[in-house]
Amino acid sequence: MRLSKRAKIILRACVGLALTFIYIPLLVILVEAFNSSRILKWPPPSFTFHWFGQAVESESAREALVTSIEAGAVAMLIAVVLGTLISLAVGRRHFFGRDTISFLVVLPIALPGIVTGVAFSNTFTQVLGISLSLMTVIIGHATFCIVVVYNNVVARLRRSSGSFEEASADLGADPWQTFRWVTFPSLRSALGAGALLAFALSFDEIIVTNFTIGAGEETLPIWIYHNLFRPKELPIVPAVAVILILLSIIPVYLAHRLSSDDGGLTPGRGAAARASAPAAIAEAEATAAH
Amino acid sequence: MVAVAGIDLEIRAGEFFTMLGPSGSGKTTTLRMIAGFEDPTSGTIELAGRDVSGVPPYERAVNTVFQDYALFPHMTVADNVAYGLKVAKVDKAERGRRRDEALEMVRLPGYGERKPAELSGGQRQRVALARAIVNRPRVLLLDEPLGALDLKLREQMQSELKTIQGEVGITFVYVTHDQDEALTMSDRIAVFNDGRIEQVSTPEDLYEHPVNEFVADFVGVSNVIERDGERFTVRPEKIEVIAPGDSADGLRTERGRVTEVAYAGAVTRYTVALDAGGSLQLVRQNVGEAPGAVPEQGDEVLVGWRPQHAAAVRGKTTKEEVAP
Repeated sequence: MRLSKRAKIILRACVGLALTFIYIPLLVILVEAFNSSRILKWPPPSFTFHWFGQAVESESAREALVTSIEAGAVAMLIAVVLGTLISLAVGRRHFFGRDTISFLVVLPIALPGIVTGVAFSNTFTQVLGISLSLMTVIIGHATFCIVVVYNNVVARLRRSSGSFEEASADLGADPWQTFRWVTFPSLRSALGAGALLAFALSFDEIIVTNFTIGAGEETLPIWIYHNLFRPKELPIVPAVAVILILLSIIPVYLAHRLSSDDGGLTPGRGAAARASAPAAIAEAEATAAH
Repeated sequence: MVAVAGIDLEIRAGEFFTMLGPSGSGKTTTLRMIAGFEDPTSGTIELAGRDVSGVPPYERAVNTVFQDYALFPHMTVADNVAYGLKVAKVDKAERGRRRDEALEMVRLPGYGERKPAELSGGQRQRVALARAIVNRPRVLLLDEPLGALDLKLREQMQSELKTIQGEVGITFVYVTHDQDEALTMSDRIAVFNDGRIEQVSTPEDLYEHPVNEFVADFVGVSNVIERDGERFTVRPEKIEVIAPGDSADGLRTERGRVTEVAYAGAVTRYTVALDAGGSLQLVRQNVGEAPGAVPEQGDEVLVGWRPQHAAAVRGKTTKEEVAP
């Protein structure tokens, strides 16, 4: 598409503005992490690495990090297994109610976190009589983690059509051999990207977590939220936030790389895969807001 | 929806059999039923005397070259070709030998380490062929395998396919909508139309003696006229333009006017509107006659053909009629 010079300038300005609004606040946090003052003052009077040391040494922060990783890892595992199975059913089989199932699986990502949170909290404590714990957090997280795995895998299945599976069967492979040697390898990168995004989603989730977590337990986002109101711990928060930003860049970057890797499909299909990667990340970020 | 309605087909061992027809005529569905991807709602499919209806594709001694090749993108060419052997648990040494042999046969030795994405369309087509024949199936099914190739490559592959079929001696069942391809390559052709078979015969018989208007039209040029209640077709190259004063002995003749002239290099095609109704297409070799001797647009001409070259045809089969 050809654009006039004027249109190009305006579009560039829009992109610049959008990126500015996204990244200036992150920059503010980054600067505040090195702030020497006990209260978050702007501009910072001078700079120090002190809070990073404090953050690393903080027992509660370290525990919260481990809890977050546990929750993320288990939620991711559940999402990978269930998400893959559902996407294989929806992407490769024709059955009554297929579209409905697809819709119901994707829906949780659009539901407000507060609704999901209250719903789970009530169901666990009132209906099922289960006390809240890390396990209930994981179940809550898994509901929307499944969505990203499902979306990634089902998109890959749609692009590759069923002809690879047919070719495999035609060459004598039974359904299990076909899954092992053809279907799974062609899904591997999509699965990896979905898994990483699922982990990232769970890792920074706060609303559902807040409603489903047991007494005395904290994930890292909950820890940050609590410590914002404790003057003694307050200055560590930006430092922890910076560490978190660095940590969450890794899975998103890897997921991006994985979904760009077209696994040797034709160039046209590869381009489609590359185009869908930012979309998957945009979706993940939208849910992060949720 | 019925894609194929009651067909009865017997394909002989070792022959190059083509299913020819327009898209949606049921030829691909028939092929997929032979492969086992689709089950007939009624009737049976036999392979070498054994009823294979309901047998899954992976238990049939049939291999397919798919229209989109369906090469596994994550495997090298060598692994693609050896896939069927690996699945069949052929031992490693034997597997490597047969794989190399198959790559040799499709003239791609040394391409084993490449990925399908690094190959051209014609090369992918050959890999797909190698991957299928390496298993030495009883029947090789080919679903418009040359459809994605450009004309030059297609013609080259046509003769290579034919050669390879001669070398391996496997029954080929070939699906195409290209009449030239079907006529050049096949031992026998089944003409499909609307889920039915219109005629099964050798290329020559099909072309010279089409049983009905659909076959006459689809295999060759539509050249059907009606005289005295009889409908018949004459192939364009069988029709001569009779110069004034020349003898028309033994020919059936018609007067008409040239309405269209299309120069095509080796030949020129003429459309002649006949005074008695209808029109015929005819072809003349461009042998270098004097300008005056060549018919031009608007010329009144006398055309003629030997009576044995006129083939009587039935009308197009309608849905009510029973398929042959």
